[in-house]
Amino acid sequence: MIEAHNLTKIFRDKKRGEIRAVDDVSFRAAPGQIYGLLGANGAGKTTTLRLLATLLKPTSGSATVAGFDVTAQPENVRANVGFLAASTALYGRLTARETITYFGRLNGLADAEIAARIRRLADELEMHDFLDRRVEKFSTGMKQKTSIARTLIHDPAVLVFDEPTLGLDVMAARNIVRFVRECRARGKTVIYSTHIMSEVEKLCDVVGIIHGGRLLAEGSVTGLRERYGESDLEEIFIKVIGEKEAA
Amino acid sequence: MNWHSIGVVYCKELRDTLRDRRTIITMFVIPTFIIPVIILGFGSIAAKVVKKASQETPSVMIVGGDDSPAVRAALRAHNKIRIVPSSADYKQRIVDKNVRAAVEIPAGFDASLVRGEPAAVKIYHYEGELKSGFAAGELENFFRNYRDKTVERRLIERKLPPSLIKPFEVTRQNVAPPEKVGGNLIGGFIPYIIILLCFTGAMYPAMDLTAGEKERGTMETILCSPVGRTELVLGKFLMVLTGSLSTVVLAAASAAITFPLGGMLMSGGGGGAHAAANSGAAAMFSIDLVGFFASFLLVLPVAVLFAAVIFKIALFAKSYKEAQSTVSPLIVVVIMPALAGMLPGVELNPQLALVPVLNVSLACKELVSGVFHWNYLALIFGSTCVYAVIALAAAVKMFKREDVIFRA
Repeated sequence: MIEAHNLTKIFRDKKRGEIRAVDDVSFRAAPGQIYGLLGANGAGKTTTLRLLATLLKPTSGSATVAGFDVTAQPENVRANVGFLAASTALYGRLTARETITYFGRLNGLADAEIAARIRRLADELEMHDFLDRRVEKFSTGMKQKTSIARTLIHDPAVLVFDEPTLGLDVMAARNIVRFVRECRARGKTVIYSTHIMSEVEKLCDVVGIIHGGRLLAEGSVTGLRERYGESDLEEIFIKVIGEKEAA
Repeated sequence: MNWHSIGVVYCKELRDTLRDRRTIITMFVIPTFIIPVIILGFGSIAAKVVKKASQETPSVMIVGGDDSPAVRAALRAHNKIRIVPSSADYKQRIVDKNVRAAVEIPAGFDASLVRGEPAAVKIYHYEGELKSGFAAGELENFFRNYRDKTVERRLIERKLPPSLIKPFEVTRQNVAPPEKVGGNLIGGFIPYIIILLCFTGAMYPAMDLTAGEKERGTMETILCSPVGRTELVLGKFLMVLTGSLSTVVLAAASAAITFPLGGMLMSGGGGGAHAAANSGAAAMFSIDLVGFFASFLLVLPVAVLFAAVIFKIALFAKSYKEAQSTVSPLIVVVIMPALAGMLPGVELNPQLALVPVLNVSLACKELVSGVFHWNYLALIFGSTCVYAVIALAAAVKMFKREDVIFRA
């Protein structure tokens, strides 16, 4: 479960002054549900997700992830979150097995447990061929599978994906989409940020449209279509943004 | 404090670092070979060059003195110089290194000596040029002996004993043991090398584990894990410290082998003047080994200080390149006090014992000579520990700053 209440993050920049990257954002994502955060570049998606993953501290407002407060219990939050983003890279000089083991140990798992989970994940993700090779020699697809295994090694209740298909080829992107669906099927709470409309339509149970740090509209894809009288999600997005710009 | 997490982070960083070629070179290759290369390589080459130059018979020109056949004949008979035909451009030929030196004999030199009148001989040489220096020195020796013989002859002619102008002899006798002689000669050089290696050993792991991780995108990955920020920074810091200390320990081990070897090589062979020179060179490599290893202990808190400072600065950088351009100039800040410690006359006092790096440099200089000022050593160790703890606390604080970690 993820619950955000009036979440706000303000950055102070010497040249640009005060920047409200996330402005009074509230939403709720339930287990077995994919919550899509849809927005253009610079809309505030990454900052919102970083607040939920406790990489950043909110300026005001609050959020709980898997029942833990992001400000008061950041380490408990991180122990229950699997965070996968285009910007979360892997250690090139380690092998896939070493990488996954490292994150398993950081999550407090015993080595025997880690070994068992790696076997299971390698079966599911078809990783056995490259498990003991160094990541620096991997193809994009291999890296993506290793990242997924790294994210899942501690079996988190909440999964946070920040534009995970960015820069991936079609096959690697499809793998990600399949993996996100499987997470939902396992009853995980999933939050998925993207600016790709087709991914939202394919994946998300609930969509939040974010722009200028504010959550402007929220609902299921069907609900949004009815509310805005448009079948095309891109048109809905433009309408929502347009209303905000006009205001 | 979760020591298990610190250990997990440290072990991973160690494994990762040991697979990085750049760091391996600065952590293992350079410290292992730099002292042997300097001492055995450059040292023996320099010794060979000097020896070869000293063995060469320098070519010398005689300018003037056509009416003084006695002194010219004596110069020609002197087997440590080779007289070449005179020419008007003798100064240019010295500068061009065709001739090593020239000696100008004034008109009527022989006659002046017979009459007992004063005369001035002038030696021309190339200042700073080794072989010219040897030639000028040989000419000075020749004329000193020639003058002494002239005086002796005059005294005999007047039926006076030669001891009249030499009422007593003066000799010098060294009483310092070889390790103190060696400590004084190379004592300043050792801490300079130790401090420099201590810094460079920390530099590359620190940049790789901070700015390097930011650049590669792995910093965000590790920050998503439940490990606490303090544990994370301490695990990484311990790796940087390992880099610094392993560099110093390898340099110490390498030096412990090189110095006796250098002494043996320098003391072997030769007789007479050569034997004296060789024993001096051998003494240069004799240092107090207890003091030598004690100076490495003194460097421990300096390594912590360097590791923390470099870690903090490199953490602020957005990329490895930026970290390099920020951290590299710091070498000058480190070298200056380390070099100041090599200056003659700069000695430990209560104020200097509180100046970081300079204090260790001065203390190490004394330690390798076998001098232990326990009060200063305690003050230096204590103050450097305090500086190191402050720097480490600042690094931990820096690591918790969002604007630093996500600086774009």
